[in-house]
Formats: sequence, C-alpha cells, structure tokens
Amino acid sequence: MNPGVLTVYRWELRKLRYQKRTYLGLGAAVLVPILFVIATHFRHHGPDDVPFGSYVSRSGLAIPLIILLFGAVWMFPLITALVSGDIFASEDHNGTLKTILTRSLERWQIFAGKALTAATYGIVAIFISGTVAVIAGCLQSGFNPLQSLSGTTVSAPKALGLVYSSLFVYLIPILSIVCIGLLLSVVTRNSAAAVVGTLMFSLLIQLIGILPGLTGLQPYLLSTQFNAWQGLLRTPIDWAPIVRAAWVCALYGVPALIAACLVFLRRDVAGG
Amino acid sequence: MSAHGAVPIEVRGLVKQYGQLRAVDGVDITINEGDVYGYLGPNGAGKTTSLRMMLGLITPTAGSVRLFGRNPIETVRALEGVAGFVEAPTFYPYLSGRKNLELMAAYDGGGAGGRIDEALETVELADRAKDRVGGYSHGMRQRLGIAGALLRQPKLLLLDEPATGLDPAGMRDMRLLIRRLADEGMTVVLSSHLLAEVEELCNRVAIVRSGRIVYEGLIAELKRSAGAVYRLATTDDERAIAICRAQPGISEVRIEHEHICFTADEPAVAELSQALVEAGALIHALAPQTVTLEDLFFSLTEGTAAVAPDGRLAGIAP
Repeated sequence: MNPGVLTVYRWELRKLRYQKRTYLGLGAAVLVPILFVIATHFRHHGPDDVPFGSYVSRSGLAIPLIILLFGAVWMFPLITALVSGDIFASEDHNGTLKTILTRSLERWQIFAGKALTAATYGIVAIFISGTVAVIAGCLQSGFNPLQSLSGTTVSAPKALGLVYSSLFVYLIPILSIVCIGLLLSVVTRNSAAAVVGTLMFSLLIQLIGILPGLTGLQPYLLSTQFNAWQGLLRTPIDWAPIVRAAWVCALYGVPALIAACLVFLRRDVAGG
Repeated sequence: MSAHGAVPIEVRGLVKQYGQLRAVDGVDITINEGDVYGYLGPNGAGKTTSLRMMLGLITPTAGSVRLFGRNPIETVRALEGVAGFVEAPTFYPYLSGRKNLELMAAYDGGGAGGRIDEALETVELADRAKDRVGGYSHGMRQRLGIAGALLRQPKLLLLDEPATGLDPAGMRDMRLLIRRLADEGMTVVLSSHLLAEVEELCNRVAIVRSGRIVYEGLIAELKRSAGAVYRLATTDDERAIAICRAQPGISEVRIEHEHICFTADEPAVAELSQALVEAGALIHALAPQTVTLEDLFFSLTEGTAAVAPDGRLAGIAP
C-alpha cells in the first residue's frame, strides 16, 4: 500500500499516545470540569456574573456551558497549543524531520497529516471536557431543563443537544488557534516558544478587546468568536454570531495554515 | 547504470550559499552503480550540506542533483531505491526501536513492514527492539539507522559518518556490514573522517576543501598520481643527494627525518642504486614509502598539493 496523508495521521495519533503532553492537556480537560463542579457543590451556587452561572444548582447542563465560557480565556487555547505548537517543533527538537522526509512521502502529505492530528487533538479535548462537564454537572444538579438566554425553558434532552451543538460551534475558533499553533511550530522550530506564543496571541487578542477606543473591533476579534455558541441558546436561534465566527475565524486561521504549509514545504532541513 | 540508464548520483555545479558563506561551491560528482564512494573533507568543508542536497533536504542555490535521473528537490519519488542518513540517524526517543522502524516502514510503503525483522537481525538489534530508543547507546542508534535504511531495499545507500562514536568493535562491525552490502551490489556513498576505513572500503573518492572538490576519482589513481616516494640512507648522504639530483627520472629530492627522500619510478631507482655504488655512496637503506590516503588527504586539504592538469599530484609530503 502506498503511504499517504492517512498514514501520517495514524502514526501521529499513535505518537501522541506515547507523549506526556498529550495526557497533560487531556487531563486538564477532564479535571477542570470536575474541580468546577466540586467547587460549586461546596459554594452551593455558581458564578452569578456570567450567563448560566445562576443555573448551576438547578441543571447540570449549565456546567459545560460555563466551562466553555471560562475555558476560552486560556484553558482551551493552551490545551490546543500543547499539540499544535509542538507537532512540528518536536521534530526539530528530536532531529527527526530528516528521518521522515527521506522516506516515500511528499512534504505536503506530512504537513497535512500533522495538521489533521493537531486539529483532532483540539476537537477531542473539547468534547472530552464537555462530556465530563455534562456527566459531573448532571450528577450534582440533575439532568434538568435549562433556561435559555432568552428566558425560555428548554427541555433537558433538547438542552443536551444544544450543549453538544455549542461544542461544535466552539470548535470554529479552536481550529483557528490550531492553525496559529501550527504556524508558530513551523516557524519557531521550538516547542515552548510555539506553545507559549500561541497562548500569548490568544491572550493579546482578548486584551485588545478591552482596550478603550477599540471596542468597535470586538466583533472581529478571535476571542469574541469563542462566544458565538451563545446564539444557539437563544429563542429563536441567533445565527448571526455563528456565521460571523465562521468567516472571522477563517480570516485568522486560513492564512496562518497556508503560511505554515508554505514555510514547511520550502524550508531547508539543515538541522533536524 | 540502472535499469533506466541513469547513474545512481549525478551532481552538476552544485552550490549552496548562506549569506556571504558559500558552503558548497560548484561540486560535480558522478557515482556509478557498484561504486563504494568516499566523500571526504575536513569539518565545515560542505560534505553534509552536499549530502542533504542529494537527499532533497536542502534546496541548492544553483546546480542540480539527479538520483537515478530524478531530482530529489522536485519529488520524493527520486528517493526510490535510495536510503541513508546524514549526521547521526535520528529517532523518536519515546518509541521503541521496532516502533520507530514500523513508522519508517509505514512511511516507505511497498511491503517495507515485512522486512523489519530481517533488518533488525542484520544489525543485531533484534533482542533490544522492544526497548525505547531513548535508552539506546550511540552505537545502537547508528545500527538502527542502518536498519531503517535497509527497510527500503536501497540500490544506493548514503551514510554520513556511520562509525562516529562507535567503539573499536562497533567500528569493525559497521565496516563489515558496509563491505557486505557493497559486495551484494549496493552502491554506497560513505562520508567519513576515518580515512583508513575509507581506503579499505572505497574504490573512488571525492575530497572536498572549503566547499570545492579538490580531487574526484579512483583512490588507486590518486595514489599513482602522487608518484612513488623512496627513502634513502647511505654512507655519504651529501654525495648521494648530489647524485640523486643529477640522475634522470629522480625528482623532489629532499631531507626528511635525517633521510633522503625523492620521487621516482622503479627503473630510475635501479639506475640510481648503481650510480650510488659506483660513486662510493654505499646504500644502508633504500625503500619505497607507502603513500596513504591520509597523506594525500592532508596534502590536498591542508597543504599546497593539487592535482595538475596532467593528472600528477604535486606537493605531496608523506
């Protein structure tokens, strides 16, 4: 069988299984919702200043939505960057680029396989975190109806569907973060620099959003797109923020991905 | 020549420029099928950069590389039938030796996975195959690198310093392995600092200095071009020197380590010995000195020696 993108993808996933950082990120994705539920259990109420914060004791389905809100600040960008920022830079660190580039795969195939792997990791982390939050939340507060952002009551099964739909919408900015992580991984050739750089980029974009005089930029900031899922929790559903998230995130992610690919295709492998 | 009629390696006018530094400067090489080819030069001479360009890892600033007629920069298919490593072979330290080979075999395709056991046996790593590469010694990694290359069933093997860091037994084993692969008909390019090893294994060499080839051809031809150097000791060296200088066919007469040294062919030496005896300079010793590849290498890369247009090597100091 001729090797291709799927060969790289399968082996990259297999390699992730052997690396500690994989479990560090996924461990955080599991632990944070559990710790949040434990904290709200002892406080007997949630954070009242955020959407769904006041519902945590009434419906467990509010928990994953609050995790999405808080996770946007640094947790999910960091978890995503752990792999996307490392996936090329670690080849430089181990000196293994020359090992894989002198086999029978074109560079673009290796790039595509790695990019798919980084995206997969981000997707898995979000869904694991969301699922753990749903289970832990329901164990604490029950599988109860949820009040939407418009004030209507949504049945528990429908609310569960909306929670998972929200996770899907949340993937739009996450995939942009993946692309930025890939670019920094290829360009810096340094895992720590790429991971920290991706996180710093995410934080800086958030800071720009709160600077006086720049509030007009807010709809076009990557950080704002992490809230696009809230459109699903309105009655009727507000698609505008979701549509905007799609094209705004594409503006951030696609150029980064193309630049990463071009740099990788053209670079001289003089070291690793 | 290969089945396609193209030689394993054909390099023409290869240049790699890094800013002001010209790491490789107009290299021309032709490596024929069955050659065991030594690629020699001091550190920083541009050997590894050239090998990386041959493997498509670095884009040349100018010139071309053809592997069996195909350009490795344009397509990885040019590496079909080609394997090897530049500098030390590298692996994923958190995977076992076998898993690393499985990855390489998967990236090779074409049934390479079925050759893993055989490759591990060949390099005598079968009993350590399940251990993580992070715990391997340098020698074991070198051997795993060879195993990784063998998975591709190469017709052309490029090895960059394969014996570096090995203990004497490891170096011997590596030498025997390369000899065996060459005997099986594989074309081998060997970049090495171990000149005795190159002299023993290779039939042809390229010697590079500051990015340029200063000699390319048969080792035997290189030695021949240096001429035969003789060492002479007599009862009257002053008179012997004068006779040597006057004798036809004797050249480069000089004193080295209290002996007279000169370059000559065999008939001239026979006539010289007769002339010395007739002049009363009786011979204590008259013996040919072996010019080693090492002598030639240092003369070409450090001294002023150069291959003249007539093919003779001038300025050799054995």
